[in-house]
Amino acid sequence: MLGPFDYAIWIVGFLVEIGVVVCVIYRSSLFRYLSLAIYMFCVALVSCGQFWCLERFGYASHQYFYCYYYTESLLTILLFWTIIQFYQQTFREMNVSGYIRGAAALLLLATALFSYIVVHENRNHLTTHFAVELGQNLHFVGVVLTYLLWGTILKLRETRTRLIQLVLALGVYFSATACAYALRNLFPSLLLRWVPPIIGLWLPVAWAYTFAKVSEDSRIGTARLVARAR
Amino acid sequence: MAAALICVISIALFLQFFVSYCRSVLAISGRVELSDRVREVSGISNRSVSADDFSRLVQLVRLCPEQGDDETEIRAVGTYYGLLRIIKYFSTFLIPGFGPWTERECSNCSHFAAVALDRRISYSRDLFTQQVADRT
Repeated sequence: MLGPFDYAIWIVGFLVEIGVVVCVIYRSSLFRYLSLAIYMFCVALVSCGQFWCLERFGYASHQYFYCYYYTESLLTILLFWTIIQFYQQTFREMNVSGYIRGAAALLLLATALFSYIVVHENRNHLTTHFAVELGQNLHFVGVVLTYLLWGTILKLRETRTRLIQLVLALGVYFSATACAYALRNLFPSLLLRWVPPIIGLWLPVAWAYTFAKVSEDSRIGTARLVARAR
Repeated sequence: MAAALICVISIALFLQFFVSYCRSVLAISGRVELSDRVREVSGISNRSVSADDFSRLVQLVRLCPEQGDDETEIRAVGTYYGLLRIIKYFSTFLIPGFGPWTERECSNCSHFAAVALDRRISYSRDLFTQQVADRT
């Protein structure tokens, strides 16, 4: 049974996701952030599908469960493309786009191969546990990739505020989601009904804020962002 | 075992990303000088904004008409401020070195709230001016 909070989260989430795409287009940054815009558009479409599934089959149904976890896993793989584009932007002055593309292709192949092996091993019991475990692993790969990107940004003293905020928001999203998946995996009976949708809201809201408020020319020193107790 | 490890690493990285994100939001407002008007309204005319001013400044922000586009950042910084207060509380017993750092960060949060208040006061004045102009 859906409550007012479910409807509110879904409506806000959907509007903000579309808002991000509109902001990217409005700021004439579509080609620079093409993968991000495509990802957000796909998230909006998937939100509609998930909501339809939730309303038709109910929160506790198997249909909604598998629809939620497998579409989330597919979206995570799509989000890797956005991370790769962030890597390209970070390394753009070093002319290593070819290497990044090569590494990205390898990563994609490795992810596909790993997923295939896992699915092949579990083909007779694509169970609840497997769905959660796959999502957890994919999100953790995302955490590691984003952390490496953040380390690179700090090392290269990248100053573009917009890029920095987009990457940090992505890091918050991936780490919070991986943590929620791990908790779900550790304690299957733990009721985290509101947690995933709220975490899911974070990324479009933070990205919409960045595109609306931070201009492409805005600069910031990365030294100010690293917390150091003195 | 793997899930527990992922959980611990994710929490650690989440805190790092979240702190850096909030600092990036605060850094933008840190460059903004406070106007005399907001200093007068918030009672900080002859001193710098302190860490403890945050709650009072946010209450003043809530009294002003919403501009509609700053609510998310105020919430994010409010969460960060709450996190800092918890760290400050525990660091008193566990890691005393964190005390001055949390104090500095809380002051930055207060400065951010003061900038938000300044922006909202300007917005309210603009609204008032517009209404007066419409009547005449």
